[in-house]
Amino acid sequence: KQNAAAQKQAEPAVLQPTPQPKDDFQEELVVRPLHSGDIYASFQFRTLWETDFMRGNKVSHYRLFPKSLGQVISKFSVRELHISFTQGYWRTMQWGQPYLPSPPGAELWVWFQDSVTDVDATWKELTNVLSGIFCASLNFIDSTNTVQPSASFKPLGIGNVTDHRFLRYATLPREIVCTENLTPWKKLLPCGSKAGLAVLLKSEKLFHSSFHSQAVHIRPVCQDWQCKTTSWELRQTLNVVFDLHNSGQGKREWSLFKMFSRTLTEACPLASSSKIYIDITDNPEQFELSPATSLLSQAMVLGDRRTFSVYDLTQQDTFGSVRSLNLLIRWKSTEGDMLRPLLHAERYVAGYGLQTGEIHTLMYNHHPYRSFPVLLLDSVPWYLRLYIHTLTVTSKGKDNKPSYIHYQPSKDRVRPHLLEMLVQLPPNSVTEVTVQFERALLKWTEYTPDPNHGFYVGSSVISSLVPSTVAMDTNSTRERPLFSSFFPCKEESSYFVRVYTEPLLVNLPTPDFSMPYNVICLTCTVVAVGYGSLYNLLTRSFQIEEPSPGLAKRIANVIRKMRGVPPL
Amino acid sequence: MATTEVERRRGQLAALSIAAVVIIVGVPLWWRTTETYRAWLPVSQIKELAKLQLQLSADVEVVFARGTVTPEQQKKVPLTQTQEEERAIDEDTALRYRYETRYRTATIMEEDALNQPSAAEADLSLHTLSESPCGSLVVYVIPESSSLLPEDVNVYIGQRRTALLRIGPQMRVGKTLEQLLAHLEPRIKQVLQVMSFSHNDITAALSDRVRFSPDNKESIADSMRAFKSSPGYEITFSLLNPDPKSHRLHWDIEGAVQTYIQPLLTKLSPVANFSIDSQTLYYTMLGVNPRFDTSRSAYTLNADSLAHVINPVEARLGSNAASSNPVLNFLLYVPDAQHSPLYIQGRKKQEVPSNAFHSPRWGGIMVYNVNGFYGSEPEFPVDINIDMAKVMGVFLAQLRLLLGVQSSTPPPGFLVARCGSTGLADWELDRLMWSRSVENVATATTTITSLAQLLDQIGNIVINDNIAQQVSSAVTSLQLAVAELEAGNLGFALQYSKEAILASEKAFFDPSLLHLLYFPDDQKFAIYIPLFLPMCVPILLSLLKIVSEARQRRREKQAKKD
Repeated sequence: KQNAAAQKQAEPAVLQPTPQPKDDFQEELVVRPLHSGDIYASFQFRTLWETDFMRGNKVSHYRLFPKSLGQVISKFSVRELHISFTQGYWRTMQWGQPYLPSPPGAELWVWFQDSVTDVDATWKELTNVLSGIFCASLNFIDSTNTVQPSASFKPLGIGNVTDHRFLRYATLPREIVCTENLTPWKKLLPCGSKAGLAVLLKSEKLFHSSFHSQAVHIRPVCQDWQCKTTSWELRQTLNVVFDLHNSGQGKREWSLFKMFSRTLTEACPLASSSKIYIDITDNPEQFELSPATSLLSQAMVLGDRRTFSVYDLTQQDTFGSVRSLNLLIRWKSTEGDMLRPLLHAERYVAGYGLQTGEIHTLMYNHHPYRSFPVLLLDSVPWYLRLYIHTLTVTSKGKDNKPSYIHYQPSKDRVRPHLLEMLVQLPPNSVTEVTVQFERALLKWTEYTPDPNHGFYVGSSVISSLVPSTVAMDTNSTRERPLFSSFFPCKEESSYFVRVYTEPLLVNLPTPDFSMPYNVICLTCTVVAVGYGSLYNLLTRSFQIEEPSPGLAKRIANVIRKMRGVPPL
Repeated sequence: MATTEVERRRGQLAALSIAAVVIIVGVPLWWRTTETYRAWLPVSQIKELAKLQLQLSADVEVVFARGTVTPEQQKKVPLTQTQEEERAIDEDTALRYRYETRYRTATIMEEDALNQPSAAEADLSLHTLSESPCGSLVVYVIPESSSLLPEDVNVYIGQRRTALLRIGPQMRVGKTLEQLLAHLEPRIKQVLQVMSFSHNDITAALSDRVRFSPDNKESIADSMRAFKSSPGYEITFSLLNPDPKSHRLHWDIEGAVQTYIQPLLTKLSPVANFSIDSQTLYYTMLGVNPRFDTSRSAYTLNADSLAHVINPVEARLGSNAASSNPVLNFLLYVPDAQHSPLYIQGRKKQEVPSNAFHSPRWGGIMVYNVNGFYGSEPEFPVDINIDMAKVMGVFLAQLRLLLGVQSSTPPPGFLVARCGSTGLADWELDRLMWSRSVENVATATTTITSLAQLLDQIGNIVINDNIAQQVSSAVTSLQLAVAELEAGNLGFALQYSKEAILASEKAFFDPSLLHLLYFPDDQKFAIYIPLFLPMCVPILLSLLKIVSEARQRRREKQAKKD
């Protein structure tokens, strides 16, 4: 594939005398019909730029790469930046694995270059700047929700710096993603939303969906085979799942127009490649595609060999005589079974009352005979005080001892809990991780607006190398010669998957917010009453009063007076 | 009876001691604990700064060349002469200009330099002889017969800090020295106004403090065009390509910046820091539809509609993520193939030769037509190499305007040397530094005084130590800047004034000032009353009672005595 790309770059250089630009832009849309009848569309826009941001190199002339992000990289000495905004939760069991996983809300993780001296200050400033660029509340990222994972997030680009002092990871599970985040994201594309695949990105359709996730990934990559020079890759991705009943009106029939209320008329003229892939692996005869294409492509995706129909938008005949492409996918039958995802996880809070509780994380290994290790990362805010001695990991009713645990206790109002562990998941099993916690009392100014809604705890992150389905396939002899199929080939035997669990919503003891005033009034009254009586006791003078004679005595005295006898 | 008296006495004492405890311990405790922290500010010095007395001192050296003064006169030439001029701007601001003129006769080497064939060469060789410090001038008085200057030119202003002044024809030898000096004085002043500062420039620079009187509209327009003084500027060049399907544009911005812009910015580095970047934006449309002019078979943009051009483009330009300095935008717009060629039309329907315009305090836009590249049968997309020399010439002129390097028309009889490769003459830099220093001082004083006023008015604001420190350092730098201006040390004055502006802005915009700003009094009372009312009423009542009893007793004693 790299060779093909290189060839493509070389071709125009021969034809034209003008200097070959050092940057390159590609766009791609993958459509995967899901078994539930929903449809998954994934956009990827990639800008590659042969330049060097490292070591204080001043880069100031931009062509395809967006200037705002370039300035961020050079100012904050960023080595790698991954940011995602997601609305909705990816339902792994219904939809399978996504091409690019992301947790609900906003997620940001950044590797800084080792030249950065004060990483925390740089991180704080960077989040503020990014919050401006993406119109998101990333400025709420502070030390109380930032962690430094030791193993779960490794750099995805080149470079073997793995000192996790230069890594920062934070999520904002409450972040709501909407049009105001999409517009700046689209502005980073060279063609904007004026040409190419990006014309499909209309917010009124994109946000009328079950799942929407947009992301920006920046990393240094190799320029060529020998990796003599580095390039910087900016990958903008947007994943969306349209709902069968909501957007598809219940009919198992999808078209570009129905999904995006637009059709395609041209590729972005700046793109070196512009393609649409339709995943037709699961049921090539179950649905029909129109217009049909003869171009087929096979790729290993998430451990599975998939077949795609390819539409190349740079070819004029793709658009046909009507000069517009409106792909139509129509199901013929609803049969067929989805391959169950091998790794899957859930999480919930158990317990009652507002004092203690228990976090349960369930990890499913659906592989029939292989066990594999997973890395679990949990970042829990400080106001849930984890009792780490209650941590239990059980699978199949037996204790499962993690081979690696990295735990960083929280500090109140300073940093969250960080729990990372490496757990071996036995084949065909459920592994349950439980840990008890106590709910802390917050100061009354620390409550968020609408505190009775509850407090979000970000998703757990499960990263793993999962044995691939291809290796699992016992009939693999069908496709390969016998001599090559005895030992599983290493490259295809496992693939990397990151699974995010649901975010948790935890209720904390919430006061009545007029309480401070009531308390003031009540205590003041109590103090005033006590003080008043004490004051009276201290300052009044007391004297013995002659008890007054009884009524009978008085009457008797009156009578005695009348009789002239001295009173009693 | 005695016991009751003792009891009463004890009660009174108890009431008094409780009152004493409340007053001695309670009230100070309450006062201390509810106090907002207010660090000490140099209020009196700030008040002094509110009344700004600026004195600008310029050094001028007048050198008489051979043939301008007779040897007898030479001996009588005064060594120095000081002139002062005072102008009150408004009740709080006063300006004083002080020109210190030193007279001497030319040295032999200078004579040699003045004998060069042309003024430019003379200027260069004079510069190599001696370099005058920043903010000072040297005026060479040359005889009327000198062939250095053309016929109709009396004053030549060089690229550095020197000027050549030719004596008028009425000043032939034989006049007295007093007459000669009297003749020179107004003309030297003219030279000064061109080369260092004029009253108009300075008042324009004071615009932050002083409301303008409507008589100097011209300088208002000039000062409105230039960016406000700032410690740094971001310069962004954007290539707008609304039609990437037809035009594949190539611009060598890196090289062009190195050749054309960087020398100017290096020269300007004492004034501010500059950073340059560039970007290419596709599918950016102008906000107005150009009109087709059949007579020229071209599209035209009217001067009136230019105001609407910028807004839609601005949304795409993006702000600078990495700094908060003001951004100077320079846009090169290549019209799309359907709307090409495109010309900007002036107010009087005439064509604008540069095909560019600038927007005050924002930047400049140039329209670059590419029809010439199409050839006879264009095959889209057309590869186009943009001629950067042409583009940068326009942008450089706009940059000079926007930075406030004025090229105001010199008075008649003046010849100003063309600026060389740097794009900026030394005296132009001086001029800019004068007005920037004054502007910085004016801005910093207004910021500091209004901050002091605000803090004085609202007692709730917490003043932290760091703010007090910033204010103090701003005040110190301001005082230093004023003193350096007075002493004529332009470089230091500018440096201190920049420091002052930074410190004052930092103090003014510190977020900690906002914390307790909105803490209303009624809430305070609502919290205090439930505690204070029931506690204070009995104390007050018993105190009143004790006082009235004491009075009663005294009256009784008085009666007994009587």
